[in-house]
Amino acid sequence: MIQIKDLHKSYHMGTNSLHVLKGINFNVKEGELVSIMGSSGSGKSTLLNILGMLDEADSGKYILDNVPIKNLNEKIAAKYRNDFLGFIFQSFNLINYKSALDNVSMPLYYKGVKRKERTEKAMHYLEKVGLAQWSHHLPSELSGGQKQRVAIARALASDPKVLLADEPTGALDTKTSYEVMELIQGINDEGKTILVVTHEDDIAHMTKRIVNLKDGLIIDDSPVQQVRASLHV
Amino acid sequence: MFDLERWQEIFETLSKNKLRTFLTGLSVASGIFILVILLGFSKGIENGVKSQFESDATNRIAIWTGVTTKEYKGLNPGRYIQLKNSSFDGVVNKYDDFLEYRTKDYPIWGANVTYKNETGNYRVRGTLPDNQFIENADIGSGRFINHSDVERSKKVAVIGNKLKTDLFKDEDPINKNLQVYGMNFKVIGVFFDPGGDREEGQVYIPVSTAQKIFNAGENIRNMAFTVKMADNFDEAVIQSNAISEGIEQHLKEMHVVAPDDVSAVRVYNTLEEAEQIYSLIATIRAVFWFVGIGTIIAGIVGVGNIMLIIVKERTKEIGIRKALGALPMSIVGMILQESVFVTMFAGLFGLIFGLGLLELAGPYIQNDFIKYPQVDFNIALTTVFLLVFAGALAGFVPAYRAAMIKPIDALRDE
Repeated sequence: MIQIKDLHKSYHMGTNSLHVLKGINFNVKEGELVSIMGSSGSGKSTLLNILGMLDEADSGKYILDNVPIKNLNEKIAAKYRNDFLGFIFQSFNLINYKSALDNVSMPLYYKGVKRKERTEKAMHYLEKVGLAQWSHHLPSELSGGQKQRVAIARALASDPKVLLADEPTGALDTKTSYEVMELIQGINDEGKTILVVTHEDDIAHMTKRIVNLKDGLIIDDSPVQQVRASLHV
Repeated sequence: MFDLERWQEIFETLSKNKLRTFLTGLSVASGIFILVILLGFSKGIENGVKSQFESDATNRIAIWTGVTTKEYKGLNPGRYIQLKNSSFDGVVNKYDDFLEYRTKDYPIWGANVTYKNETGNYRVRGTLPDNQFIENADIGSGRFINHSDVERSKKVAVIGNKLKTDLFKDEDPINKNLQVYGMNFKVIGVFFDPGGDREEGQVYIPVSTAQKIFNAGENIRNMAFTVKMADNFDEAVIQSNAISEGIEQHLKEMHVVAPDDVSAVRVYNTLEEAEQIYSLIATIRAVFWFVGIGTIIAGIVGVGNIMLIIVKERTKEIGIRKALGALPMSIVGMILQESVFVTMFAGLFGLIFGLGLLELAGPYIQNDFIKYPQVDFNIALTTVFLLVFAGALAGFVPAYRAAMIKPIDALRDE
């Protein structure tokens, strides 16, 4: 599903240049649930942003679902993001003046899906994350865990190939974190490829494979025995 | 632009952000409203000043005749040039479009006027109804001569206030008969004149009556016109000179007078007084243009500022939308479409409200110096479009910049 070869990325701040990714190689097969770990400054968020086409690498190869991702202009990037990827952010990034339902149907709007179909699909995904009865509430009326579940429903709405989660539990307490991870595991069980960036060990161990990053390089990449989040809830 | 889904999205955004929509709309609407009221009052003041001073600003042309001093086409010098009704009609026909008021006069100096036991010598002047305005005669009671008086050569008289005091004392002269050389004239009005006693010691009678009773036939002694007000003084000078020269030439041809004979046909026009009034009006106009343009600029800056704030506030939303697959230009388009819609709607609302207020309150404002406050609808509409366009332009730059930011920067937690 994802092939990455010799990926480099530097940030330039005035005269200083910061080499963040120093040649990353890894592959993700369809249906995997991978966590990317590392301390802050290790380059894990940068890697995720490049995978998410929110940012671009300086050099190296990135192939997503057999499509080489390169020379992206805004238009193509927007289309790929809409077709291939679903995002889950640490701070949820819901649009605060839209109801849960409208937030979830947003990617479908940009896909050009008609209103009626949009609402039906969005409702389906809200049911899936267990928030059907909250569909007309604004994000401000939801708890942190509920917000993240709305965000997950939104990420799923356009039926992407890959879900990218950037510290999905970073803003949540332990109990809610495990609930969210249980949801993510469930989605993975249905065959969706998911990448999770985290710096929490327990969260990482709820995935099937841990990639450890340090100073812009992968220092460890090994499968783990998945801990089912449901055991902790 | 007319994508239904897009409009739905926009209305949803607007209705979910009621406060923002309301504040944007309010500032635009009140800006336009103030501008309309300001423009209306400037027009009102211009109208007021104009009507206050218009009589002084009139450009008056008076024509007398005399004796020829040059031989011309076999005719000897020393001929008296007699103006006729036809001379007047000829001039009026030719210059009708430019003339505001017109009169032909047949006066008698020192005519004997009697009422009961009082008698005196006064100027009796046969004239036309328009002379009231040319002479600035103010009717104190009764009325001035009208067209029917002239047509039927009625024996009616409008007397000056001095003559009234001399002959009638405290009596009300209206509908009383006075005698001119023993002929009865019914008094129909009393007038005042800024010219004072000299002017107020006159009797106006219809010109046709004067011609009959004084055996003048078709003769008239002089004629006078006023020229319609021009847009500015320079134009007034050009217009007035052209008309006076034209009239002079016309009369000289008609009465066979050498073109360079200056004493036979004399045309005077007075414009000096008018210059001050024209320059006063020009100054008022300039001041209000200045204020109006200032208001528009302030409005543009205001709308621009609102747009900047809105875009700043929505940067994160823009990032989210981009991460979900929105095209940068669709985001810019959405924000602009939204803001153009709001400013246009609010602007038109302010415009209609302002116009409505002027329309309703205008007639009640009858101050000496403010009259008929009104706004040129086209100017007001242009202003609305200008503001909307400027607002869109002011919003476009930050919106475009925001849409070009990488979503990752827009989403970064501050």
